[in-house]
Amino acid sequence: MEDSTQTIDSEPATDATEAPSTISVAGAQPSIAPADDSDQLTVTLGEFEGPLDLLLYLIRQEQVNIYDIPIARITDEYLRYLQLMKELDLTVAGDFLVMAAQLIELKSRMLLPRDPLATEEEIEDPRTELINRLLEHEKFKAAAQMLWSRATVEHAVFTRAEIETDKNNPEVAVGLFDLLRVFQEILARHKEEVMLEIEREEVTMAEMLDRLRNMVRSAGEVNLLRFFEQARSRRELVVAFLSVLELVRLSEISLRQRETFGEITAQAVPAV
Amino acid sequence: MSNKAKAAKADDDQVEVAESADSEIIGERSISDAELKSIAEALIFVADEPINPKMIADVVKVDRNAVERVLSELVSEYEDGKGGLQLREIAGGYQIATRPEFHEHVRAYLKSKPSAKLSLASLETLAVIAYRQPVTVPEILEIRGVQSPSAIKTLLDKRLIVAKGRKETVGRPMMYGTSKEFLIQFGLKDLTELPSIEDFQDLAGGTE
Repeated sequence: MEDSTQTIDSEPATDATEAPSTISVAGAQPSIAPADDSDQLTVTLGEFEGPLDLLLYLIRQEQVNIYDIPIARITDEYLRYLQLMKELDLTVAGDFLVMAAQLIELKSRMLLPRDPLATEEEIEDPRTELINRLLEHEKFKAAAQMLWSRATVEHAVFTRAEIETDKNNPEVAVGLFDLLRVFQEILARHKEEVMLEIEREEVTMAEMLDRLRNMVRSAGEVNLLRFFEQARSRRELVVAFLSVLELVRLSEISLRQRETFGEITAQAVPAV
Repeated sequence: MSNKAKAAKADDDQVEVAESADSEIIGERSISDAELKSIAEALIFVADEPINPKMIADVVKVDRNAVERVLSELVSEYEDGKGGLQLREIAGGYQIATRPEFHEHVRAYLKSKPSAKLSLASLETLAVIAYRQPVTVPEILEIRGVQSPSAIKTLLDKRLIVAKGRKETVGRPMMYGTSKEFLIQFGLKDLTELPSIEDFQDLAGGTE
């Protein structure tokens, strides 16, 4: 029971909704509220961190002396609480069940008659161990409270913000010359990029049209296979093909194929 | 290390007036207590973490006792003063911080909200670890009566506790103890400043 709030499915919770009115354990007030998601219900059982916490709570509620716990009464309350958890269909953590078993064992040992031969010192209260554990637990709860208040005070104290030094911010650890050097590097890189661009220059459509026109004009007849082979890239090939179509459309050239599947040649169309 | 480096830088600023600063202060006598006190205050101010007398002594190259002497004077000066700052001993060192009574205004300026508090489960687990360290998970379970894996994870994440090796017993469980961050977060000089766990006895028994 690390968390005292659990979410359960709506189906088993339908009968559990009546539980708060029928079951009240030592004044504990469990509540059931629909969560934002309508299929789920949130069940709050109180702030119990574990079986020891629950026991301490019950002891307080019953206003009994921690050094003289009425085991039978407290055990009953404890078991009723576990019952409530079951009715709410919560998984009862193993820790709670272990404590229940210990309480019942304690209860039965309390019922046993004392050894009539034992001296006063020898008679040990079977509750001692439990009481010690409860006291120990309560001490640490108080210690937790103390830590909480210390932390609260400490949250009201502020130290100065971090000072920027070379170590925590190496990026600003530069002078004017560092800046200049970086700037020059950027410039150099920029130059390289420009050179690359020239290399990658592509042939335009207009250039390709001119090239085809010149070839046709100078040779009179151009084998299209040769013309396409000049293309150095896929894009240039496309441009070359388009330029052939374009010149045919403009009636500047005509295409001729002398046999089926034979080579195609382009000739200039004599001006009218 | 980093603090020393930073402190050294700050030190240069301090003694800027004397150009050959190092040679001047190597002779331990040449620094007056009043001057040492001012230097110590400056170093405490710039240090990111609580700075201890040894670090100050190493930076200024003076005797550690001299540093401790001026520091106690400095602390009482801050206590007497009506300033907004306090000089306090925390986590084995010294630190300059605002006085808690002005937190409202400081928060308003910083536009900060009180940071998320630890859950009850985490605080209880932390209390057990603080008082019983080094302590193993089963030992924590014994005292708390409930498993606390998420609480231990939270505390580790917040660096409030650290692993302190393994216990030489069955299963060699990991032992945990509190960290320096714990001292800082809870405003403690050292662990002995924690109230004795037995002092809580009265609270615990007081159910009647």
